[in-house]
Amino acid sequence: MSIEQREARQPWILLTPALTAVGLLLIVPLMFIVVYSFWLKSAAGADTSGLFLDNWKEALTDRFYRDILLNTLKISAITTLACAVLGYPAAYFIARSRGNKLILLVLLMLPFWISYIIRTMSWINILGISGALNSALVWLGLISEPVQMLYNETTVILGLVHFLLPFMVLNIYVSLDGIDTNLEDAALSLGATRWQGFLQVTLPLSMPGLAAGGLLCFVLSAGTYITPVILGGPRDAMFANLVYEAIIKQLNWPLGSALSLLLLVVLGVLVLIYNRYLGMAQLAKGLG
Amino acid sequence: MDDTRRYERLRERFQNGDISRRSFFGLLGAAGAAYGLQMPFARQAFAAGDVTQVRFDGWGGVVSEAFRKHAFDPYTAKTGIKVIDGTFPGGDEYLAQVRASKAGEYNIAHLSGVFDYARYHSFDLTSELNIDNIPNMANVMPALMNAFKSITPDSLSAAPYDYGTTGLAYNRKFISDDEMKEKGAKILIDAKHKGKIGGWSDWRTRMWYAALQTGQDPNDIKDVDAAWDAVRQHRDLALKYWASGAELMSLLSEEEIHVTEGWSGRIYALQEQGHDIGYYDPPNGFGWQECLFVLKGSPMAACEELLNFMLDRDTSIAVAEGQSYPPALDPTKVDLGDKIPKLPAFDATGTLSGLTFANPAYWNGNEAEWAKEFSRVQRGY
Repeated sequence: MSIEQREARQPWILLTPALTAVGLLLIVPLMFIVVYSFWLKSAAGADTSGLFLDNWKEALTDRFYRDILLNTLKISAITTLACAVLGYPAAYFIARSRGNKLILLVLLMLPFWISYIIRTMSWINILGISGALNSALVWLGLISEPVQMLYNETTVILGLVHFLLPFMVLNIYVSLDGIDTNLEDAALSLGATRWQGFLQVTLPLSMPGLAAGGLLCFVLSAGTYITPVILGGPRDAMFANLVYEAIIKQLNWPLGSALSLLLLVVLGVLVLIYNRYLGMAQLAKGLG
Repeated sequence: MDDTRRYERLRERFQNGDISRRSFFGLLGAAGAAYGLQMPFARQAFAAGDVTQVRFDGWGGVVSEAFRKHAFDPYTAKTGIKVIDGTFPGGDEYLAQVRASKAGEYNIAHLSGVFDYARYHSFDLTSELNIDNIPNMANVMPALMNAFKSITPDSLSAAPYDYGTTGLAYNRKFISDDEMKEKGAKILIDAKHKGKIGGWSDWRTRMWYAALQTGQDPNDIKDVDAAWDAVRQHRDLALKYWASGAELMSLLSEEEIHVTEGWSGRIYALQEQGHDIGYYDPPNGFGWQECLFVLKGSPMAACEELLNFMLDRDTSIAVAEGQSYPPALDPTKVDLGDKIPKLPAFDATGTLSGLTFANPAYWNGNEAEWAKEFSRVQRGY
């Protein structure tokens, strides 16, 4: 084997463990789901194997699935926007802190040490009828009776923002931390106000982090099902709840497979749109 | 079981008061490690063909604690076979896990309802118990045994273990006993209580109560459209569909909701904690029985011995008092002590003629359509 041939093979040899892992843990299971989505649920027990389009037809044409999917995308968009608005100042503050940056970053990581379920449930103790907020408002005399705050779409979004905010802050922080602060000083020396300096220098340079955080928050939000179960009312559901119900409650694995693939495709298309306008290279930059 | 689910169960035990705050945080950290160690060992044990452990899955909380203390530990001490106990929130989820597993990975399950027994049979998951190895089965109420025999006449895959009802639970601060008796199941669709009504997010319970609200026989609903309208009516008035016993107890005790259906044992536990929660079984209220189901592919001799342990009088009473559901033992044959006759749904005659059970053929026949329909109705369709 010539040196050129050996050099050409070397990247593939190095990539083999990673490709094997991706193949076995991602591609193969995904193929099973694809195959299952063309089967039919059988009332008798075992599903009927074959190439049936019934599940896909139902998933693509039924208004019920379309509406819940659109609502999921809406909730995810609102959540992502709220995370960006709340996360940017926090990330900016951490990035520009001098002595206590490490402590602030550790504080930002702290929520990850507690289960997502428990963090979500904590809102019941805060917003409940006998929760901290109602108790405080009654004690202060601002309300005479506790107000019903839980179990609606707003609390679902609140729970999602609570869960996803650290992801957004971390992404923006990494981006901001890499910006040379001399650039802002240069803008000021050229006559820009602090606000103009931020808008025309810092913000554009931190866009990769903001975009990466946005994509991460959106995708994670669109795939969640626990938050609506814990904090939502009877009608509040996201698309992942329908997948859960099809597979677990209705034992309709073929339909659940088609629905989960539909969600995967929709999110995949959104990632492609992201790539078209911002580029995956920006995502890599944002993720540091 | 994934880590998230494990943490959820742990929190449920903490909420029920089964473990202290200190233990809760300690176990939180240990949960992941325990899971990591458990399954590989289980597989190795079965691969070797040598029964060193049996897996049991149940509803968690006080029930698991009672099982562990009064059945599993003595069984291990006697036989040397370890009992690994897992938990699940409902039969649907557990069945999905079992279907995705290898035969023998799951062994005994604390299942609810005869319709679950029928479902497992339809998925070819039933085993054949040797009743001679379970002498304590002789003390079980025939009414409970016959329900399973109607599905598998030639053999049994489960031992009946306890029973209870899904009745109406209400906060007496807001709803009087008289109002409850007067309105019965219709209180759940009474606009007077809008925003303070709850309900279990289970299609069977929703349809059962819709049948009662529309004056129909739950085991033979003639006007299905009217029943679905009642489910919609309830949905529009409800604040929350609850998904677990801990959530039911939390919603009632914290006064988020004033009325809901509830599981008799859980409501009794709330009453014992000092909450002024009433419980009322309306005519044709939902009665159910639970069993210890042995899955196909399990080590039968070890499982039969464990079942016999669990059906022992002392074990049954301890577990029944722990979970507040009467045991399956026939009260005309076995002295069940002082506390059990006071538990809700207890039948001193041993015939259970006062309870209405779900007809498995009827409910399983409608499962595919109604489970799907409820998913839509729940979301406003």
